[in-house]
Amino acid sequence: MIKYTIRRMILVLPTLWAVVTFVFFLIRVVPGGPAVAALGSYATAESIRELEKKMGLDRPILVQYGSFLKDLCRGDLGKSLITNKPISSEIRKALPYTLDLTLGGMLIGIVLGVPIGIMTALKRNQAPDYIGRILSLVGISMPEFYLGILLMYLFAIKLNLFPVLGGGNFNVLSSRLYYLVLPAFTLGIIMTAFISRMVRSSMLNVLREDYVRTAKAKGLRERVVIYKHALRNALIPTVTVIGIYMSILMGGSVLTEIIFSRPGLGKMMVFAVKDRDYIALQSVIIVFSAFVFLFNLLTDILYSIIDPRIEYR
Amino acid sequence: MPPISQRELLIKTFRKNKTSAVGLVMSFLLILIALFSPLISPYNPVEQDMTLMHAPPSWAHPFGTDSYGRDQFSRILWGARVSLVVGVLSVLFAMVVGIPLGMLGGYKGGRIDNLVLRFIDIFMSFPIVILGLLVLAIMGPGLMKIVIAIGVALTPRIARLARGSALALRGKEFIEAARAVGQGDAKIMFIHILPNIFGELLVMGTLWVATAIIVEASLSFIGLGVRPPTPSWGAMIRDGLDQLTNAPWLSIFPGVAIFFSVFSFNLIADGLRDISDPKLRG
Repeated sequence: MIKYTIRRMILVLPTLWAVVTFVFFLIRVVPGGPAVAALGSYATAESIRELEKKMGLDRPILVQYGSFLKDLCRGDLGKSLITNKPISSEIRKALPYTLDLTLGGMLIGIVLGVPIGIMTALKRNQAPDYIGRILSLVGISMPEFYLGILLMYLFAIKLNLFPVLGGGNFNVLSSRLYYLVLPAFTLGIIMTAFISRMVRSSMLNVLREDYVRTAKAKGLRERVVIYKHALRNALIPTVTVIGIYMSILMGGSVLTEIIFSRPGLGKMMVFAVKDRDYIALQSVIIVFSAFVFLFNLLTDILYSIIDPRIEYR
Repeated sequence: MPPISQRELLIKTFRKNKTSAVGLVMSFLLILIALFSPLISPYNPVEQDMTLMHAPPSWAHPFGTDSYGRDQFSRILWGARVSLVVGVLSVLFAMVVGIPLGMLGGYKGGRIDNLVLRFIDIFMSFPIVILGLLVLAIMGPGLMKIVIAIGVALTPRIARLARGSALALRGKEFIEAARAVGQGDAKIMFIHILPNIFGELLVMGTLWVATAIIVEASLSFIGLGVRPPTPSWGAMIRDGLDQLTNAPWLSIFPGVAIFFSVFSFNLIADGLRDISDPKLRG
């Protein structure tokens, strides 16, 4: 187990390095370079040179790349081209808001999606199945930012139940959760649609298996067959795609944060694009993909725990 | 069951599967709207009339007017063009790049396959919206640039599917036979493998059109879409967001348009998927 985990972690590193390298060089092909982009086309040659010198952007690109990697290993992501503040500390401030949102969305998706998936599979081709399938198609067809606006309009503006904007006071749990409800449900409802579809189809596959028929034949009660024999096996394929779903959630969190004005990573990223602060953009994107890797890794490990058939090669 | 051709299967699916037939009709309607928007829209979508700012829905302006007094209904009809063009072209882009790449990996195997897999891994580690945003932030706005940005983000996903399908065919007898008579790799891939996997990839393509439409709307919502005043649904929602309390129709109607377009493609894909999964057939 531990050996498998370590192996998987080591295998992730080269890909992560390639991602970081790709982002670094892509940012450097911005027309005129990051400094010109940040200062705008009316900047004087002198001010551009000054900013490039201050940020080390005047050095040969491979030297920049070397020191970038060295800083990255120490957790230093450079300084913002606009505010000159260290980006790492900005990210540390923003990250909890994004993690709260994505994990909250995932939790809602699992809590609602798994039972709905089971129910629609058991009532296949009956009314609850049709309703559930149509609703889940509605869910996956709904852009998260639009769903966010609808929830905000209904529950925050019209009914006045929840705050419209902001992330709340992070150190007070009640305020933190209060501000999280609408954004988390925005992502959670969409996740529910994805998860219920997945659970439904793998449940249908499992219910056809011989061991389920055997269990029924030996006279076990329906509940035991469904929850002990079928469900446990049906959940395995669902767990394998949780990593992919986390990636969808991370993407969705960007727009949800913009709608609700949550001070998270997504908002930081979009502001970096608007300010043309390419160094900040580079760092936020690297952190984002590092989390995608992390979630995929955790999924694999979780998978190896719940499915003993996995070989630890 | 006697063997039937893919075309017969398609026709059968649309006849039996009502949801995908509904989806087909809806997306056909969407294409008609996009094609004929200049003829059917009651107003010029970019003409401003400051005396009519934020007018609520009425008979003259069924979806109200926006912050420049422009008719929302006409803008939504015109907006179908951007969504459809980006949705379809970006998937085509991803197919043109992704299919040969995936086929190469799946068919050749070994070290080349490893390289292709690495490539897919790297690009799949970015959520689609974020990769699109990164590429657009570098290239700047513009219709074709959005197509490229979303196309790039979809390429690894298509490549992965093509790789899997090609891998499944690699050991088949007819491929062996083609190799035995001395046909080259390129010929085998494009003449023997491609026709066999194309149907399946096209099915998955419709699914990705739905995704591409959402991503386009998201990017133009962020402000990285086509340049104003060209109407685009995502940008319309963003422009209306400031007025959500006093003029909610500005955000709500364009969102309904996005939802129905994506929904219609998802309905088609949902039915078509049953074809590619034989266990669910019948």
